[in-house]
Amino acid sequence: MKINTKEFIKGLIKENPTFVLALGLCPTLAVSTSLSNGLGMGIAATFVLLGSNIIISLIKNLVPNKIRIPCYIVVIATFVTIAELTMKAYSPALNRALGIYVPLIVVNCIVLGRAEAYASKASLLNSILDALGMGLGFTLALLLISGIREILGSGTFFGHTLIKEYEPIFLFALPSGALLVIGLLMSFFNILKERKLKQ
Amino acid sequence: MKNLTASYSPHLHTKESLEKIMWLVFISLIPSGMAGVLIFGMRALWVIFLGIISAIATEALIQLMAKKKVAISDGSAALTGLLLSYNLPVSSPWWLTVTGSFIAVAIGKQIFGGLGQNIFNPALVGRVFLMASWPKYMTNFTSPVNTQAWFKFSGYDAITAATPLTLIKEGKPLLGISYMDLFLGKHGGCIGEVCILAILAGALFLLIKKYISWHIPITYILTVAIFTWIFGPKGAFSGDWLFAILSGGLILGAFFMATDYVTSPLTRKGQLIFGVGCGVLTAVIRLWGGYPEGASYAILIMNATTPIIDRYTKNRIFGK
Repeated sequence: MKINTKEFIKGLIKENPTFVLALGLCPTLAVSTSLSNGLGMGIAATFVLLGSNIIISLIKNLVPNKIRIPCYIVVIATFVTIAELTMKAYSPALNRALGIYVPLIVVNCIVLGRAEAYASKASLLNSILDALGMGLGFTLALLLISGIREILGSGTFFGHTLIKEYEPIFLFALPSGALLVIGLLMSFFNILKERKLKQ
Repeated sequence: MKNLTASYSPHLHTKESLEKIMWLVFISLIPSGMAGVLIFGMRALWVIFLGIISAIATEALIQLMAKKKVAISDGSAALTGLLLSYNLPVSSPWWLTVTGSFIAVAIGKQIFGGLGQNIFNPALVGRVFLMASWPKYMTNFTSPVNTQAWFKFSGYDAITAATPLTLIKEGKPLLGISYMDLFLGKHGGCIGEVCILAILAGALFLLIKKYISWHIPITYILTVAIFTWIFGPKGAFSGDWLFAILSGGLILGAFFMATDYVTSPLTRKGQLIFGVGCGVLTAVIRLWGGYPEGASYAILIMNATTPIIDRYTKNRIFGK
């Protein structure tokens, strides 16, 4: 079978879930205070996305159309439970830092959006590629936002102090800083898109 | 003949221009800056100078980067820088002033498309950004130089002093600050907000020349006075309304920031609503909020409501 790399690549920039599709902004705003939180959230969401896309792509012909959303939620919730219990067992500190936002992956619009818009109509292989691309795009977006916020807002990089004399811009550690960073990055992506359209 | 076009009436011409108004507002703010320098010493002049220069530099830089016409001579950036520096304590380090000016012009104005497009008052955006980021430096107030003269002998450069509003918030006594001291600015505070007399002199000039109307500032100040008077510390109608008017950034904010043409309502009725809204929010933040002063937040919140106010107070078009 031919691997369609386009399905994987599109999630990174062209259909980036955070900056272009504007999906899953709630956890993005909430947990992007530090790089380790962002990375943890990204990996957890990617795992759930991959698992749910695989199962939903496999059961797409068995699920009656009228009750498809509850069925998808059950599948997604299963994987979220696996992710949460694993995180609790092996990385309790991260689990505490992410708090309620781990169980809330169940209602993350990226996961349900990909299930509804993609995996329920596409083949297994394409669904896997889509999940990996979207998951990676989400993780990269989280790393970008949380990197900017951690460096500017607390003057650290993965918890290591960068410059001792630096006076952290505390605003970037606050929710308003998250909105500001996401807004500026989105406008930057829009500029890129416009430039590309003009060419 | 093809090139001749008759424009629609009315064929009126005014000598006013954006540049002229901006620079007149700038000039009318100079008295309170001079008062600030007299009260807090020459360092205040340095903070003001730095604020203006960095605001102009940011404006020029962004306009060059966006390949727009560099319009720093219209005075709007200089005015933003001036107003921002008036909202800083005299002890603020140089990077605080520069960052504030940069944020005010870049995030507060240029990112929306430049002058006339911004939703929020740029100088206040800068101030609130600094307040959230470095509260330690933004509330490091020093007392006026003349009262600290004898401290020089004991080897200190300056002594810190909380603003009267902070003292009230923390439930401490005012230590002999009279209403006259508040009116003349002999207490801790930001550079341009302490001397009410100088601010009023500049505001009066703008009011007489009709560059600002009384609607926003007067309703704003009256609302704060009435609200504070009603919800006093010892039951209803026991509040110190005169103190509420004379302290904090209320007078500066009411006359020079809430009246910003771009971010306040266009109609008279809308301006009255805007003024009352600012007043209620300022009083609520002062009385029950976490911060001692709420003028900047109140004006910013009301800025956000300006489009709605404008929509519902639109004047009836003649004949419709």
